[in-house]
Amino acid sequence: MTAGLFIFILLLVATVAPFLRRYLGNYAGWIYAIWPFTGFLYYLSLLPSINDGLIITETYAWLPALGINFTFYVDGFGMLFSLLVLGIGSFIMVYAGYYMRPYPMKGRFLGYLLLFMTAMQGIVVSGNLLTMFVFWELTSVSSYLLIGYYHEKPEARASALQAFLITGLGGLALLGGFVLLSIPYGSYDIAYILSEPNIIKDSNLYLPALILILIGAFTKSAQFPFHFWLPGAMTAPSPVSAFLHSATMVKAGIFLLARLNPVLGGTEIWTYTLSITGVTTMFVGAWISITQTDLKRILAYTTVSALGTLVLLLGTGTEYAVNAAIIFLLVHALYKGTLFMMAGNIEKKTGTRDITQLGGLFKYMPFAAVIMIMALVSMAGVPPMLGFLGKELIYEASAAAPKAHYFILTLGFLTNVIMVFLSLRLAIDIFWGKEPPYSKIPKEPSVSLIIGPFFLVLFSLLLGLFPSYMANPLTSKAITAISPDNDAIVLKLWHGFNLVLGLSVLTIISGFITFRFRHLILPFIDRINIKYFRREFTRVFFSVLDAFLGFTKVKTKTLQHGYHRFYLMTIFVFASILVWIMIWRADPVVIELDFSTMPLNLVAVVILIIAATITTVASDSRVVSLISLGVIGFGITIIFIAYSGVDLAITMIMVETLMVILAMAVVFHLPKYKPFSSTGARMRDTLVATMVGSFFMVLVLQAGTSAMEIPISEFFKEVSYTQAYGRNIVNVILVDFRALDTLGEISVISIAALGIYAILKLKPSKIKES
Amino acid sequence: MESVLLKIAASHMRPLLIVLSVVVLYRGHNEPGGGFIGGLMLGSAFILYAMAYGVKKTQKSIFFDPVNLTGLGLLIALASGLPAILMGEIFMTGQWITLFSNTFFELKLGTPLLFDVGVYFTVAGMLMLVMFSILEE
Amino acid sequence: MLFLLAILVGILYGAAVYMLLRRNIFKLILGLIFLGHATNLLIFVAGGLTSGQPSFLRGLTGETAGMADPLPQALILTAIVIGLGVTAFALTLVYRFYKVTKTVDFDQLSENE
Repeated sequence: MTAGLFIFILLLVATVAPFLRRYLGNYAGWIYAIWPFTGFLYYLSLLPSINDGLIITETYAWLPALGINFTFYVDGFGMLFSLLVLGIGSFIMVYAGYYMRPYPMKGRFLGYLLLFMTAMQGIVVSGNLLTMFVFWELTSVSSYLLIGYYHEKPEARASALQAFLITGLGGLALLGGFVLLSIPYGSYDIAYILSEPNIIKDSNLYLPALILILIGAFTKSAQFPFHFWLPGAMTAPSPVSAFLHSATMVKAGIFLLARLNPVLGGTEIWTYTLSITGVTTMFVGAWISITQTDLKRILAYTTVSALGTLVLLLGTGTEYAVNAAIIFLLVHALYKGTLFMMAGNIEKKTGTRDITQLGGLFKYMPFAAVIMIMALVSMAGVPPMLGFLGKELIYEASAAAPKAHYFILTLGFLTNVIMVFLSLRLAIDIFWGKEPPYSKIPKEPSVSLIIGPFFLVLFSLLLGLFPSYMANPLTSKAITAISPDNDAIVLKLWHGFNLVLGLSVLTIISGFITFRFRHLILPFIDRINIKYFRREFTRVFFSVLDAFLGFTKVKTKTLQHGYHRFYLMTIFVFASILVWIMIWRADPVVIELDFSTMPLNLVAVVILIIAATITTVASDSRVVSLISLGVIGFGITIIFIAYSGVDLAITMIMVETLMVILAMAVVFHLPKYKPFSSTGARMRDTLVATMVGSFFMVLVLQAGTSAMEIPISEFFKEVSYTQAYGRNIVNVILVDFRALDTLGEISVISIAALGIYAILKLKPSKIKES
Repeated sequence: MESVLLKIAASHMRPLLIVLSVVVLYRGHNEPGGGFIGGLMLGSAFILYAMAYGVKKTQKSIFFDPVNLTGLGLLIALASGLPAILMGEIFMTGQWITLFSNTFFELKLGTPLLFDVGVYFTVAGMLMLVMFSILEE
Repeated sequence: MLFLLAILVGILYGAAVYMLLRRNIFKLILGLIFLGHATNLLIFVAGGLTSGQPSFLRGLTGETAGMADPLPQALILTAIVIGLGVTAFALTLVYRFYKVTKTVDFDQLSENE
C-alpha cells in the first residue's frame, strides 16, 4: 500500500458510505472504522523504518507542466499525525455510528466524517504546497457540513457559516502565502523547500509570505482574535467536536506551522508573532473557560488555550520547546478526544451538559467516571499520565525561553492552575456533587461509546508510565523533522528535584486552593468577565458580515442600475476614450482633398444620405423616419454599385425593401413618438454620439491610407476558377472557400426566423401567466 | 386594403419571379447572383402575393410550409459537405463532376452548387416565415 | 472620395449611438439598423475603393489585375442578410413587448418591474 492509494480508497469509502449505511444497519460505524484502522496499522508498521531515517515520497502527475502534482511526503512528523488522525478517527467512527443512531441522515453524517478524515489525512502527508492547499480547503468544506449538521437550527447554521468564513478566508490568505513562498524556489515541492531553508529567508518575499501563511494557520487553529469560531462550533454533534477539535481540524494550523518551521522559523518576527499570539490565546482561552458552565464550551475554551500553548512553543523554538510542542500535541489529542466523547456520553445519558445540572454520576457509571477522571488527570498534568510529562516540558521550555521568560512563565503557571482547577471541578462536580433529579436513571454508556475513550486513556497512561520505551520512539523523528537542529530529549517520569518539579507541585497546590475557595473566586471572575469581556466576538463578526453584505448591495445597485442606455453609454464613452488615446499616439493622417476624384453624382448621393440620416434621427413622425431610413439604404446601394459591389447592391436593394416593409408592419401597432428625454439628455447623448462617430471617421481615414500586406483575397482570385470553377469570386468565397461560415450564418437566420415564429404564436395572455 | 392593381401585378409577377430566382441562383457561380439573392427573390415572390391576397390564401396556394422549407435548405447545405467526407477529405471540401466538356463550353456540377441551393431555400424559407408571421398579426 | 465616405461612416455611427441611447424602444431598433449600415460601409470603405472593376474573372484564363477585393464584399453580403434576420427578430420582440407591457418607454418598464 502507498499513502496516495490509501487516501484514494478512503475517499471512495467516504463517497459510498452514505448509501451503504442503510444496508449495514447499526454496525455501520464498526465497518467504516475498518479502513481507517488499516491505515493506522500501516503507519504503525512504518514506525521502525521511519525511525531508521526513511522518508517516503510519492508523486502522481496532476499539472506537471506547472509543477503542480499530487505529491505525498511521509516523514516522522507526517507519520505521527497520520497515527493520530487515523487512530482517533477509527474510534470516532465506532463512536459516531452508535451515537448518531437516533438522528436522521446518519449515513450522510458518517460520510461527511470520512470525507473530513480523508482531507485531514491528505494535509498531513502532502508533499506539495498546492496539494496541501486542496486538502486544507476540503477540511474547511467538510467541517462546514459537519458543524451545520443540525441544519434546521439557526444557531447551527450560523456557527457553521462563521467557522467556514473564517477558515475559508484564512485559506485564501494561505494560498497567497504558498504562491509567494514558491516564487523564490520555482517549485511547490515541500521536500525541496525544506532542504533549502535559506532561499526564502534571503528573499524579500519572506515577510509577505510569512504574514499570509500565519493568517491561514491562526484562523484554522483558532488563535486569538480568531478564536471565537471554535466555541461556536460546539453546536455540532459530539463526535464532530471529539474529532475536529481535539486532534485534527484545529491542529491543521499547528501542523502547518510545525511543518514549515525549518523554512520560516527562527527569525525574530516569527518568534515574536508566534510567542505573543500564543501566550495571549493560551491565557485568554483558559481565563474564559473558568466561568463557562456548558461542558463542551469549557472543553472548547481549554482547547483554544492548548492551541495557544502549542503556537507559543513553536514560536519559542528552543530544543525544549520543540520537544514540548510535539509531546503536548500528543497529550492534548489523547485527553481532549476522550473528554469530548465523554461529554457526548454524559449528555446522551442525562440529557444535559450544563455542569450545574449534573452531579453524583459516579454511582451510576463508575467505569465511565474512572476513564474521564484519568483524562482530567492528564489535563491537569498530574503523574503518572502523559500530561505530566507534557507540562513539565512546557515549564522547562518557558523557563528557558530566550525572551521575556518571566512573563511567559507566569502566564503559563496561571493557565496550568486553571487547568488543575477545571479538572477538579469537572471531576468532583459531575461525579460526586449534589445530585439533581434526573428524568431517567443514567446508565453506563454502551461498548461502542466507551471503547474510544478507554483506549485513548490507556495510551495516555502507558505512554506516561514508559515514556522512553513508547513516547520517545513515536515522537523522536517528528521532533527532528520539524526542527532539524534539535534532538529529541529522552523522556523521564522522574527528573529529580529542581525548579520545574517545584513549579508542578505549586501548580497542583494552587489548583486545589482555587477549587477549595471557588465560591469566593468564581463570582469575582464572573464580574470581571461580564465587565470586560462582554462584547462577544461572534456578534462583532456577524455585524461586520452584515455591513459587508449591505455594502455589496449598495454597490450592486449603483453599478447595476438597470438602465440600458447608461450601460451602453459607459461602454461607448470608455471605448471612444481608449480609441482616441490610440489615435492621439498614432502618426497623423494626411488627407488629400482632391476634388477631381469626387464624382459629382456620388457627392450628391452622400449628401442625400447624410440629409436622410438627420431626418430619421430628428423626425417626430415614425413614417417619415422609416422612409428616410429607406433612402439611406438605397443611397448605400448606389455607393456599392459605384465601387464594384454588384452582388452587394442587388442584395442590399432587396433587403432594404423588405426591412422597410417589416418595420412599417410593426410600427403600425406601436404608439406615436412622444418626447421622453429632456433637452439636457439629448445634448449629452449628442456629445457621446459625436465622440464615437468622430473616432470611426478617423479610423476609416487611417485604414484607407495605411499600406497593407498582400490581402488573402489574392489567393482567392487566383484559384477561384482553376480550383473552384467559378468566376464570381464573391459567390465562390461564400459557397466554397468559406462555406462553413455561410452554413453558420444560414443557421443563425433560421434560428432568428424560428424565434420570430415562436414569439408571435405565443399569445400575450400565456406569457403573462407564465 | 384591397388593391386590384396589386393583385393583378402579384399574380403575374409570382411565376416570373420564381423562374428568375432559379436563373439567378444557377448563374450565380459565374455572374452576379447566387443563393442569397435568389432566395431573397423567391421569398419576395410569395411575400408580394401575400400582401395582395392575404397570408391565408397564399399559404393555401403553396404546397409547402415555410418552416419546412427553411429546414430543407439547412439540410441540403449540410448534406453538400458530406461527399467530401466520403472521399476522405475535410468536411465541405468542394467535389466536382464534369458532365459535358468541349473547347467552347464546359458543364460542371459540384457540391458548392448544391450548397448554394441550400442557402437559396433557407433564405427564402426564413423570409416567408418572418413575413407571414408579421403580416398575419 | 475617401474623405467624404469617412464622414458618412462617422455620421452613421453617430446616428446609431444617438438612437441606441433613446428611451423609446422602437428608436433603439432604428439605432440597430443604423449600426448595421455603418459597419457594412466601414468594412466596404476600409477594404479599398475600386470603381468599375467588379470581382468577376474575365475570359477563360481569368484576368485579375486591378479587380476589387472580393473578401470584404463576401463578408458584407452575409452581414446584410444576417442584419435582416436580426432586425426582424428585434422588431418582433418590440411588437410583443408593447403588447404585453403597453409601453414603449424603457424607464417605465424598470419602474413597474
